[in-house]
Amino acid sequence: MNKIFSWPRFVAMFYKEFTQMKRDRVTFAMLIGIPIIQLTLFGFAINTNPKHLPTAVVNGDISPFTRTFVSALQNSEYFNVIDTDVSDKESDKMLAKGDVNFVVQFPPNFSRDLVRGNQPEILITVDATDPIASVNAITSISNLTRNVFNYDLQHGLSYLIPNNSPANVIIHAKYNPEAITQYNIVPALMGVVLTMTLVMITALAITREREKGTYENLLSTPVTPLEVMAGKVLPYIIVGYIQMFLIIIASHSIFNIPFEGSLLLLLIATLPFIAANLSVGITISTFATNQLQAVQMNIFFFLPSILLSGFMFPVAGMPYAVQWIASALPLTHYLIIVRGIILKGNSIMLIWPQIVDILLFMVVVILMGMKRFRRTLD
Amino acid sequence: MNNSFAIDVKDLHKSFGAIKAVNGVSLQVKEGEIFGFLGPNGGGKTTTFRIICGLLTSDSGSGTCLGYDIITQAREIKSKVGYMTQKFSLYEELSIVENFEFMARMYNLQDRENKIQEALQFFGLPLSQKNRLAGTLSGGWKQRLSLAAAVLHQPKLLLLDEPTAGVDPKARREFWDEIHRLSRKGITTLVSTHYMDEAARCHRLAYISKGTIQTHGTIDEIIRESELKTWQVQGPNLDELADTLRKEETIDQVTNFGNSIHVSITQNDSINYILKKYDHKPHTWIQVTPTIEDIFIKFTPQKYGD
Repeated sequence: MNKIFSWPRFVAMFYKEFTQMKRDRVTFAMLIGIPIIQLTLFGFAINTNPKHLPTAVVNGDISPFTRTFVSALQNSEYFNVIDTDVSDKESDKMLAKGDVNFVVQFPPNFSRDLVRGNQPEILITVDATDPIASVNAITSISNLTRNVFNYDLQHGLSYLIPNNSPANVIIHAKYNPEAITQYNIVPALMGVVLTMTLVMITALAITREREKGTYENLLSTPVTPLEVMAGKVLPYIIVGYIQMFLIIIASHSIFNIPFEGSLLLLLIATLPFIAANLSVGITISTFATNQLQAVQMNIFFFLPSILLSGFMFPVAGMPYAVQWIASALPLTHYLIIVRGIILKGNSIMLIWPQIVDILLFMVVVILMGMKRFRRTLD
Repeated sequence: MNNSFAIDVKDLHKSFGAIKAVNGVSLQVKEGEIFGFLGPNGGGKTTTFRIICGLLTSDSGSGTCLGYDIITQAREIKSKVGYMTQKFSLYEELSIVENFEFMARMYNLQDRENKIQEALQFFGLPLSQKNRLAGTLSGGWKQRLSLAAAVLHQPKLLLLDEPTAGVDPKARREFWDEIHRLSRKGITTLVSTHYMDEAARCHRLAYISKGTIQTHGTIDEIIRESELKTWQVQGPNLDELADTLRKEETIDQVTNFGNSIHVSITQNDSINYILKKYDHKPHTWIQVTPTIEDIFIKFTPQKYGD
């Protein structure tokens, strides 16, 4: 009794703690699951030197030279040329929607000017909203231009080779010409904050009722599930909008980020995203038996959301399987919407496909939640 | 619709997975009656309550509660029933008056202000305390608050699930006085309890165990029908005697009290044998009326998990 440390007591404590941990399956799953998720995400998915960035070509001069240049881009592995012949207008739209990161434009008479030694210009327009994503790709272009035509310029044309470069590459950084990282991060934070708080808070609000026993009292009144859900969710939608306004004000006044698009459109386009997050929260609450479990399940949703959505690392640089997971997350689509509206001034016509994807996600989650909800009532 | 019964249910069944929580419960409770529900933990009391007030749908069986069908008219039932759960289930983060306001809105009450005032009066704490958070109240006051909230919408039927568990004797007594007052106003009460003194304050009782009603009626009826005979034994070394008596197969139960033991027997033919064997000095055997507790222990499964 006088000893400060007794083995049996220590062992008893140790066993008890271990047994409790083992019995709490969600905690145990998290202890095992989180390292695995992080390993996969950080190990495979995250790539700060993204390759295979989607690229479109506006070709004013279909010729062996331009073909050589395009295949050289492809071979550099930094570019994934998804369309070799789009119109000027189409390319703008693709860039705005985020379908491509690069547009390569060859002027008419490119081959003629090249052969004459006039050093024609290749215009490469970059979506610079995410400055990190494009840095390495841009560097690779300048290296590539110097030697890319060597094979085509043999025999009678070899006199062109000693020149510095047979063609000039002009890089036009669109949307964020000064490559300011905040332009990319701050608007996106809106999506991250909404995901983080709304999912957690709804999951907790419902689990708390069940854990404390107030749910039983609630259900003994004539209240309907619809009234419960609507009444519970509306306060958090309002909270979501308050968060959003705070970030918009801060991004404008503190970070001086331009707001190119329509504020009203952003407010409207955010509603499906808020709803999708709340539905995740509600669905989590039907699985979780206590508040701790709800928090843990929230982490399982939040971690991939923040790492795979394109908030920190460009989605285009991830392996295809991971990109597929990323495309299922509402945040991925919301980031395209919010960056599109704030930085690019996108209209509803350019963002509606993302809204559809978010709504689709929401419907699937709600169906899942409803199936569980019915069972938990009985 | 049968006018004289507030609750009239037949052959209720409810399983959760492999566990049969309620296994053929039939129950009739008269209007204005205080009906006690007794039985061991896990015997099916709470599940029966939940089925009656429409929180759960029974797997099979049928019946009416306040004249409404328990399967199809759950919402009508809910609006006329006050349900007090076993655990305190009002909002601890809300004040007393805010809890009343919430419940008043839940039941869509007209004339909300007056109803809330009435509830505060009924509740009994000085009005100056009405903004106290419910979570800061003591156990006894929490029970009173739950009762006040349960009667706020003037229900015709009260379902009280172990309303006085863990409450001190004085608060329990006051709580029961209140239930009798409500009963005089014509409110039917179905109450579950583990306390035998509370059982004695009910008009009629049912004992439910393993999902079935084992016995029911008034206390006198139950005692008479049980055919249990009980002796009070006094003398020295009672604990040793009790252990010896427990080994007798014909004795149903032996209960130790401080200065006496109770010996209960149902088999008439073995009584003489037992008395002949043990009723001599230094012990005195006096036949007494069995208490309701003696009878209910008879119905309780011998071991947990039985």
